[in-house]
Amino acid sequence: MGFLEVENITKKFGRQTALDDINVSIERGELVCILGPSGCGKTTLIRIIAGLETADGGRIYMDGRDCTELPASKRNLGIVFQSYALFPNMTVHGNIMFGLRQKKELPRDEANAKALEVLRLVDLLEHKDKYPRQLSGGQQQRTALARAIALSPDYLLLDEPLSALDAKVRVKLRGEIRKIQRALSVTTVMVTHDQEEALTMADRIIVMNNAVVEQIGTPREIYNHPATPFVANFIGMMNFYEREGEVCAIRPENIALADRRDVYDASAKIQSLEFKGPLTRIHGILPGAEEIFVDISSEAVDNLSLRENSMIFLRMPEDNVMKYSEGSLI
Amino acid sequence: MPDRIKHRFSGVNLPQLTVMSCMLAAFTVVLVLPLFSLFSNAFLSKTGGFVGLANYARYFDTPSLSVSVWNTIDISLVSTVFSAVIGFLYAYALARTRIPFKSFFKYTALIPIFIPTIVHALGLVYLFGNQGILTGLGFHTELYGRFGIILSEIIFTFPQAFLMFYVALEYADGRLYEAADSMGVPPLAKFLRVALPEVKYTAVNVFFVCFTLAFTDFGAPKVIGGNYNVLATDIYKQVAGQFNMNMGAVVGTLLLIPAVLSFIVGRLMDSRNTGTISAKSTTLTIKKSRPRDAIFFTLCAFVTLSFLTLIASLFLGALTKYYPFDLSFTLKHFAFNMSTGGMGSYFNSLEMSLLTAVFGTVFVFIYAYMMEKTNGLGALRKYGKLLSVLPLALPGMVIGLSYIFFFNSPENPLNFIYGTVAILVLSNILHYFSVPFFTATGALKKLDREYESVSESMNIPRYKTLLLVSAPLSLPAILEIFMYYFVNSMVTVSAVVFLYSAHFKVASIAISHMEEAGDISQAAAMSILILLINVFVRLLYELIIRLMKKRARRKEAI
Ligand SMILES: Nc1ncnc2c1ncn2[C@@H]1O[C@H](COP(=O)(O)OP(=O)(O)OP(=O)(O)O)[C@@H](O)[C@H]1O
Ligand SMILES: [Mg+2]
Repeated sequence: MGFLEVENITKKFGRQTALDDINVSIERGELVCILGPSGCGKTTLIRIIAGLETADGGRIYMDGRDCTELPASKRNLGIVFQSYALFPNMTVHGNIMFGLRQKKELPRDEANAKALEVLRLVDLLEHKDKYPRQLSGGQQQRTALARAIALSPDYLLLDEPLSALDAKVRVKLRGEIRKIQRALSVTTVMVTHDQEEALTMADRIIVMNNAVVEQIGTPREIYNHPATPFVANFIGMMNFYEREGEVCAIRPENIALADRRDVYDASAKIQSLEFKGPLTRIHGILPGAEEIFVDISSEAVDNLSLRENSMIFLRMPEDNVMKYSEGSLI
Repeated sequence: MPDRIKHRFSGVNLPQLTVMSCMLAAFTVVLVLPLFSLFSNAFLSKTGGFVGLANYARYFDTPSLSVSVWNTIDISLVSTVFSAVIGFLYAYALARTRIPFKSFFKYTALIPIFIPTIVHALGLVYLFGNQGILTGLGFHTELYGRFGIILSEIIFTFPQAFLMFYVALEYADGRLYEAADSMGVPPLAKFLRVALPEVKYTAVNVFFVCFTLAFTDFGAPKVIGGNYNVLATDIYKQVAGQFNMNMGAVVGTLLLIPAVLSFIVGRLMDSRNTGTISAKSTTLTIKKSRPRDAIFFTLCAFVTLSFLTLIASLFLGALTKYYPFDLSFTLKHFAFNMSTGGMGSYFNSLEMSLLTAVFGTVFVFIYAYMMEKTNGLGALRKYGKLLSVLPLALPGMVIGLSYIFFFNSPENPLNFIYGTVAILVLSNILHYFSVPFFTATGALKKLDREYESVSESMNIPRYKTLLLVSAPLSLPAILEIFMYYFVNSMVTVSAVVFLYSAHFKVASIAISHMEEAGDISQAAAMSILILLINVFVRLLYELIIRLMKKRARRKEAI
């Protein structure tokens, strides 16, 4: 049994099903990302794990104990919300002390030492006496993180912690969150709808769609062997085409160019070329009018002097082609 | 076994459930049960037997009684029309023209709020009465009766009309005017075709609010009504004069009608009036126009001057030896006769208003917090929401009367609060509950709802989050509620007129007794004391808000 076990969780808001029979098992010390499009139930799931929302059915086990009925306050977890929810009338230090002072057994100076320790960890020591609105977005985010880890939680729950930040800060904080999570080896569940974030940070990814789990696996598994067309389409770029009643899928970078005299699997007419640095993305049209995207090195494009309207011949290695039964395509 | 019980209550937080249930129970006791006894008394005979609609039949068959219904509608209608029109023009002047002294005009428009309605009438007596200042200058009016009541009610309802129109006009959508300008619409047409339709929903609201206020006011007709009977004075005569409680109950239920009507209309309109202000609205730039500003300035100056004259006449009466015969300065009128309440009544009013403000603010805020920031408890919450808007429809007279029926009954275990300050405080908290409740709810809605989630995850008890996060962040709203409760309790007559006791008379009642006893100067003096404390509280509030804003800005600048 995993350190966090979600069993058959179901949740409805009126007639709207937010979660439909969700099963997830998370190991101690793992960082798991919940990834999915807007409205698929990510926040609802994390709130049920936190105990802030009650499920209609199913159970939650934490470290082997049935915690389904336990209120959030008894679950020993730290939460960071998208809005951060920093108390605006308290300083950075005050925000962190607010929770620590609740621990009756912890003397004041020890609580203070603990607060300073987490502030050092997130590199905010020099800003400790500022109020939240005097901080940048990234600093606010780190304050929220510090507040969440100050109580040494067993679980860290992050609901889109980086989505309010601009791209550069986001990339930097990804690394920092991961580093801190490793250092504390705290079991972490993070919600995101940014696939790059999930692929780079997570030990494992839970892909959700329409209130159900589509696939659970490591970033590699998810990327290389998407279990469903939805996952294949949602993560990374994917070409879909039909062969003998089957839906086939292949990633642009797995398609190779062939000479017209060699064996090839398909031919295509180039619509446009998109230069992306070392790689160039070819947008082509198959004879059946299906679209296809191919990523090849920009060098090869130059060598072959490819341009719009020229024909290319494609090889799709069997190993890299995924097949789904027809009708499963959305 | 304890585990099973826990499962049974899964998702329900026991402390929250307890607090919510207690508050709703308290609310039920001070609102629902008294109303129930009022209604049931309207259908009982003097001896306590059920008589159906017989009381109503008798009421409408007695011309001397039922004439009040038409009188009341008459004065309410006329005063509402005047007050709405003047209120609209005044608000338009402040929101849409470039007249000078806007903030001065804004505050003077609120003067009537700070004194009891009895005093509006009293001021009119000073101006237009038999020995009035303006009477002396040749204005002869039949003040006592219909005319006086209407004038008083216009003064009384004007601030409400003004404030509601002002809020509506302030959030103008500039695009409409830009469009009108680009089509070359002349100013007067713009005013009629664009500005008026823009406030039509507000106008309906204003109409009902003012009508209800005038319909149920007791203070003005009491002083200045003469032989012109209205429902509010009838109810008082039936109950306090003839001890005809059942007839009193009948009139009480009649008093509820306009409020209930406005309630229904309000609900119907809410569903249609889904704000026209969108993110694309542009703020209005006010064009220069001398003739327009001149007209509106004259209007504002006239209204303000009237109010100031009213207040000045009170000062003149209170500070001169024997108006209008001996105008030398004196403070002797502040040495109040004991028989009409004395200085004690002023202190009683202060005590009552402070208690109302303290307990009312605490209750309202926690109540709004429970409604806004807890989850689950569906049915209880619905009931709570319903209770919170009901007081809006309850005139003070009705609350007072229903409290007599309910709390004065010997079987009621709460009988002991009858005749004490407690029942006055309770009736005030209830009477003025809804506006503070909306204020508190609005402030709480602005706070991130995840504050509660974060606190819960950190094992911080809910009361600490309320005390250390939500309350400090809502401080401006809390102060506003406090001020609202205090000022209204200082000036209220209608709810307390049935409930004060000989040992605990309040200042607004004392004023009416002084007036009855012919001590007009003392009544004026007492009015001034009420005005002063209310203005003082208001200024204190403005000062604190200003300091808080300054401090916030300083913090930001670090
Ligand atoms: N309190 C609620 N009341 C009613 N419906 C709700 C409530 N909370 C969520 N829902 C509905 O449940 C579904 C799942 O919502 P949820 O917030 O979990 O989505 P999400 O995956 O977090 O989306 P996003 O990426 O936009 O945050 C949505 O359709 C939403 O409208
Ligand atoms: Mg979400």
